[in-house]
Order: sequence, then structure tokens, then C-alpha cells
Amino acid sequence: MSELDLVEGWVEPELAEEFPELCLVHAGVEVRPGSSPRAIKQRLRMLADRYTGGKVIHMRQDPVPWAYRVFSRQVGIDPDHDRTPVEAVALQRLKQGGLRSENIVDDALTIAIAETGVPLVALDAERMDGEPGLRLARSGETLGGGRPLSPRQLVVADSARPVAVVLGEVSEDAGVTPETERMILCALGVKGVPRISLEEALWCAAETLYT
Amino acid sequence: MVRGRDALHLTRVPDVLDRPVAPALPLAPPEKGVAAPGAPAPACPGQRAARRTLLDQVARLESELGQVFCAVWPRTGMSAPLVPSRGGGPRILSLGELEQLRDDLAGRVADARKALSDRTWVEEQNRRLIEEMLLDPKRHKWRRVSAEDIGERGCKHWHVRPRLGFIGMLMGWWRVVISSGCPLAT
Repeated sequence: MSELDLVEGWVEPELAEEFPELCLVHAGVEVRPGSSPRAIKQRLRMLADRYTGGKVIHMRQDPVPWAYRVFSRQVGIDPDHDRTPVEAVALQRLKQGGLRSENIVDDALTIAIAETGVPLVALDAERMDGEPGLRLARSGETLGGGRPLSPRQLVVADSARPVAVVLGEVSEDAGVTPETERMILCALGVKGVPRISLEEALWCAAETLYT
Repeated sequence: MVRGRDALHLTRVPDVLDRPVAPALPLAPPEKGVAAPGAPAPACPGQRAARRTLLDQVARLESELGQVFCAVWPRTGMSAPLVPSRGGGPRILSLGELEQLRDDLAGRVADARKALSDRTWVEEQNRRLIEEMLLDPKRHKWRRVSAEDIGERGCKHWHVRPRLGFIGMLMGWWRVVISSGCPLAT
């Protein structure tokens, strides 16, 4: 696997003033999505075996998941209702008795999130208009032309439109499809999460994609 | 005399209502730089500092809430300390919303701590009861305490029963039987 080119995305000044350590680190990877090979399915099974009820309960006291819980709370989300990605993976494991393989992109994100606790999103590079960054939604904006966004909602955006809600859903017109040939992996950084964790998450996802 | 298994329900185990009530502690004064609930919002130059303080308080309270939540494990039947979301997805909250969030969190932390404290007090009484049962089973005929009653996992329980059944009851031969655990799944 070649060297991953990590880039720090832009952050709107008002948002940076409120959350000085908020950042979006992204990297481009060239992979055609498809079903996961056996090695990745095996890795998901091994990952699922690591979870126990007690471990999931105490996860919220680990530094990285805790940092995302705090950030969720600070932006008005109840992390016990709308789970942070790492807790959502853990809860999925407990409810389903395992981590089911979906496709290579989702599996890579699941593995990276579970291993590092850092939330990741994958975007279709061809459908992006410029570099991704973080900003507040403007009045009347929608996600993918459908779902309306609240004014001042935190979004991942390119130079033209919002492409994902922070810690939330990805727009259909910017997400990865089976036809995608180049994707952008984005890792959200918040206060309390070291930069090395973001890099590790991106590397972990990229390595899994190249398996 | 108490007879039979149904008598188990008649034996009284310590309850939280038995707990002596301590005088309420005075409320801590609001931290400097943060408006008290209901007070007018600070002027713009001070808002940045106030917001920063409120965000830090929210972070600290979230940490405390997490600690209480983890301390509750593995107890069952205790409500999780939930704080409702503000609605509208992730966004920059206004100063008033941040204050409301801080107050909600502080209230939930206090409620959860109180509930946990009450529960642990009852558990401590039950532990003491087990010791008394072991020391003098005759005084605690038919009394039963489960692992859940002392805040532990599993189906184990301590039960004061007569040795040799009816003969033991007549002769006053009482002992504590400790169950071996959960029944096998069928």
C-alpha cells in the first residue's frame, strides 16, 4: 500500500472559535467497492469476540469515546439516544451477537471505528466539489436535495453544498456507490482526541480497503 | 411461627425508606463568569468566556454522569441517567440552551448519585444481614437474600432453612443454605 496523503480540511471560523480543536482530517483512496474478502469477515468476527457487556458499559470512560460523547453533548445531541459511532458499533455487536459484513467500505469503516473510536465517513471523490471541510448549515439548505437541515447545524461540506451531518448521515449524492473508483475518507477530530488517533483511524480503514 | 416457602415474602429485608435522612447540603454558588439560570445574558464581550466555561462544565458533568452510569453496573432495575437532546441535530447551542443543558446534566448527575447512594445503602444492610444470618440462623428463619440484593451478578442466594426439613424445624436446627448459582437454560 502506498503512502496515505493526509490533509487537514478547512473549518469555518465561527465553528473554529466555538470548538478550537475541531478538525476534519481526510485522505483519498482508490478502491472499487464490493463485497468483503474472507480475511475482512474473519477480522470482523475476531473484533466482535472482544466485546463484552461490561466492556461496552465502561467504554464511555475511555478517553476517545468519552471525548466524542462530550462533543455530542456540547452540540445538543444526547449520546445515549443518538449514539456516537463507536458506541453504535458496540451496541450493534451486543444486539446482533456479532458484526455482520455489509461490503468492503462499510466493513473497513466499522473496523477502523471499533479499533480507534474515531468516527469516519467515506465520500465519493468524483462527486465532491472541492475539498471537504466543516461549517454551519445555512438557512434553507438541504442534505442531498431532500432532507432539510436546521439553520446552524454542523455539517461536512464541499465548496458547494453539505455532504454529511457531523456524527450523522451522509448525503446520497455524495456517498460511496458500487461505481465509485476514488473515495475520500474523513475523520472527525474533537477536543481530547490526539491527532495520531485520527491518522491511525484513516490508516486502519485504508489498509482494510486494500486487503 | 413462619412456615413454608411462601413465608419468604413475609420476611423483611432492609429498604431505602429505613435510611436516616441527612440534612440537605447547601447549593454551591454558580461559578464565576456563568450566568445563573433566569439571569439576563451577559454582554457580548463576556459571552465568549461564559460559553467556554459552560462547555467545560458540560464536559465535566458528562464525565461525572459516565462515572455514575458505570458505577451502577451490574445492578439492574435502575433507570439510566438520560438527558434529552436539544433537537435539531448537532449545532452551536445558544447561551440559554447551554445553561439549560448544564442544569439538566447537573440535575441528572445529582439524581443518579442519590439513587445509587440509596441502593448501595440497602446493599450494605443486606450484606450485614447475611453476616447476621450466618452467625445466628435461628433468629432469621426462612429469610433469603439474593446476590442482586447486594449489588452482585448471578442467581446466588443465601437462604435460612431447617436442617432435615420438618424435624429440623421442630428441633430448631437452622442453617444458611447458599445456592450454587443460576439454573441451566432449558
